[in-house]
Amino acid sequence: MNERMIHLEVLRYDPQVDGEPHFQRYEVPCKEEWVVLDALNAIKESIDPTLNYRWSCHMAVCGSCGMMINGEPRLSCHAFLRDFEGVIRVEPLANFPIERDLVTVADDFIDKLKRVKPYLIPGENKPIADGEYRQTPAQLMKYRHFSMCINCMLCYAACPQYALQPLFLGPAAITLAHRYNLDSRDGGREERQQVIATNEGVWECSFVGACSEVCPKAVDPAGALQQVKVASTLDWFREHLLPGAAK
Amino acid sequence: MAKSNKPIVWSLFAAGGTLAAMLAPVLVLLFLLAAMGHAPGLLSYAQLYAFAAHPLGKLFLLTVIALFLWHAAHRLRVALHDFGLRQDRFVAVIVYFVAATGTALSVLYLARI
Repeated sequence: MNERMIHLEVLRYDPQVDGEPHFQRYEVPCKEEWVVLDALNAIKESIDPTLNYRWSCHMAVCGSCGMMINGEPRLSCHAFLRDFEGVIRVEPLANFPIERDLVTVADDFIDKLKRVKPYLIPGENKPIADGEYRQTPAQLMKYRHFSMCINCMLCYAACPQYALQPLFLGPAAITLAHRYNLDSRDGGREERQQVIATNEGVWECSFVGACSEVCPKAVDPAGALQQVKVASTLDWFREHLLPGAAK
Repeated sequence: MAKSNKPIVWSLFAAGGTLAAMLAPVLVLLFLLAAMGHAPGLLSYAQLYAFAAHPLGKLFLLTVIALFLWHAAHRLRVALHDFGLRQDRFVAVIVYFVAATGTALSVLYLARI
């Protein structure tokens, strides 16, 4: 197996010791087929055990290892070293506070995720004895790709609106709300609309589209948000112009 | 948190954007040709006047002009916000005022044809 020296510039920050984040240079012997996460693991194992970062599955499923690689939000398990030249700069996900080194504080995202109720709220309450809630393949296809989100937060790191306005609910949370709104078994849309059809919800989005470009699971959050805008606009006209339909 | 009233301006923006994407390039080309004196017979003054004088022609022209204006106004508002100009309410008042004035003037001029 081919090996070559990879130079990594990794952001280090320990809030209890460092006044400012700073970069640390590492020289790591890496195999040809390695990804950035492998290089970080090699650093942690044999060069510098104090380096902190999150990871779990190493196969783009868990969504833990998102970081800025050469300024772009990527899953480090999905960023092959052979695609980079020169020094590779690794930083924690943008738009989130740093907890330590490459580990960010995700509380804001988790809180927003909870607020949109990203779970099935059954539209009809039927006893368990009546069996399962059935769904046709066509009904599944309506929301399936929006359900592929792994909560990796790359879209938040890419979103310029989230950077400008931290109250913005953001791409992944609104997309997940939309995913359940589109589910034929769900009846919770009105509850979620109270959260997402607001100024700090979907209307903060200006359709830059960076979220969809960086999404490692091709969820297309930007597409979801535009669909939410159209649906919320129809709601608005229904609620304000149709007599008797106002909420 | 209350639901947003942005759908009012966004619906105009979205409709204007759709229309602009389909019509604007053609209109730019035709206007350029006409400006350089290459107006085909269909775009002659008499033909265009007849078109603008017909009620359906008026409706079409008003729709195109007004939606283009409202689209551009909202686009400009968002672009300025993206560039870091944070006085959103102030910007919104100005751009929508221009769009509304343009719409009112279009109605006025079309009514006089």
